[in-house]
Amino acid sequence: MEQVKVMSTKVSPFGMSVLIGLEEKGVKYEYQEEDLLTKKSDLLLQMNPVHKKVPVLIHNGKPICESLIILQYIDEVWNFNQFLPSMPYERATARFWADFANKFYESVAPIVKSKGEDQEQGKRNLLERLQLLEGALKEMSAGGSLPFFSGKDFGFLDIVFIPYASFFHAFETIGNFKIPFESEYPLLDAWVKRCIERDSVKKVLPSFDKVLEVALHLRKKVLVD
Amino acid sequence: MDQVKVLNTWISPFGMRVLIGLEEKGVKYEYQEEVLSNKSELLLQMNPVHKKIPVLIHNSRPVCESLIILQYIDEAWGFTQFLPSKPYDRALARFWADFTDKKFYDAGARIIKSKDEAQEQAKRDLLESFQLLEGILKEMSAGGSLPFFGGKDFGFLDIAFIPFTSWFHTYESLGNFKIPLESEYPLLDAWVKKCMERDSVKKALPSPDKVLEYAIQLRKGFLGD
Repeated sequence: MEQVKVMSTKVSPFGMSVLIGLEEKGVKYEYQEEDLLTKKSDLLLQMNPVHKKVPVLIHNGKPICESLIILQYIDEVWNFNQFLPSMPYERATARFWADFANKFYESVAPIVKSKGEDQEQGKRNLLERLQLLEGALKEMSAGGSLPFFSGKDFGFLDIVFIPYASFFHAFETIGNFKIPFESEYPLLDAWVKRCIERDSVKKVLPSFDKVLEVALHLRKKVLVD
Repeated sequence: MDQVKVLNTWISPFGMRVLIGLEEKGVKYEYQEEVLSNKSELLLQMNPVHKKIPVLIHNSRPVCESLIILQYIDEAWGFTQFLPSKPYDRALARFWADFTDKKFYDAGARIIKSKDEAQEQAKRDLLESFQLLEGILKEMSAGGSLPFFGGKDFGFLDIAFIPFTSWFHTYESLGNFKIPLESEYPLLDAWVKKCMERDSVKKALPSPDKVLEYAIQLRKGFLGD
């Protein structure tokens, strides 16, 4: 009997990818919410002593850390309906954009954590990165004729990036601007709407309001300190 | 006929990974040295997102980010694999390779670019990284009875970490300290000597003196010493 446990936080986009991955493979798991601001659990510190971060997947007592590494592990252990494409070049492309999407978070965090020019830079970073991802999606979906980054099937890069969709409302509200999806990123716009219909995504993504609530709380804390 | 080209700079440990990987697979390639203050048209065209080296161009298609390139090389020339075969071991190899990028490289870079307390902290961080890697090598080499991180075979994590050894002399000189390899990290010490016997490593790694010469100029640029 497989024992699978995930330690994460409800609004971590990295954790969301892992949970979507497990849901897509139909793997039963136990979820442990971590409170990173107050106190990290002993289990977290024991299972990820190097980085002390979430998410962590514990499979039959053995920990795996770093979301992209966890996602590839899930894909390899439950090796049906593969997330990663089969050809080496397409795999390298998926990994490249997944790495890019992972760095996305850091570059746009100033929208929530800063104000003034730093916040403006965060907003510019967001729009710039969305532009690049729109381009990547155009190529990978054969000009929009296929539904996902992974082509006809929901795959690796879709799983890595869809969590950010739950953040857009918070970014717009706190940054006081509108992300021009329909006019500037129409393929991403259609892609988001398509992905959020999937059971795995519906189950895992927090509500936009919940994310806004957490973001506002974080903003208050960071700007006051 | 495969056409393989590498865009790189001779001192980049990330680039050295790619060269070692290609040499280990016996792949013929063309090498183009880049001057980062004057990046070539080809580099800007092949890596428009990050504009960084190394870039592998295989039959005109670019692959970027050294660990992604290394996995690509492993999959495209899919015999005698760098990555282990079991999913958990693969996850560990990927985790520790990522660790060398994040913690080890970062600490080394800070030794080069800073002074006083900031440099002291960087030195402590570097030694902590060494300690962790010694522990991992002990596990992966069955207590030192096998020669490599990859066990009996020179593999992914060996290739990911060995380039940094060409920078040890630089860290010691600019940090004005001795890395206690023989006394504190004896398995790593033996591992370095073992790796340095390999043709691929001998070919890819620059001399430590040349690296130091370069780093001294780099440091001057940061500190105005």
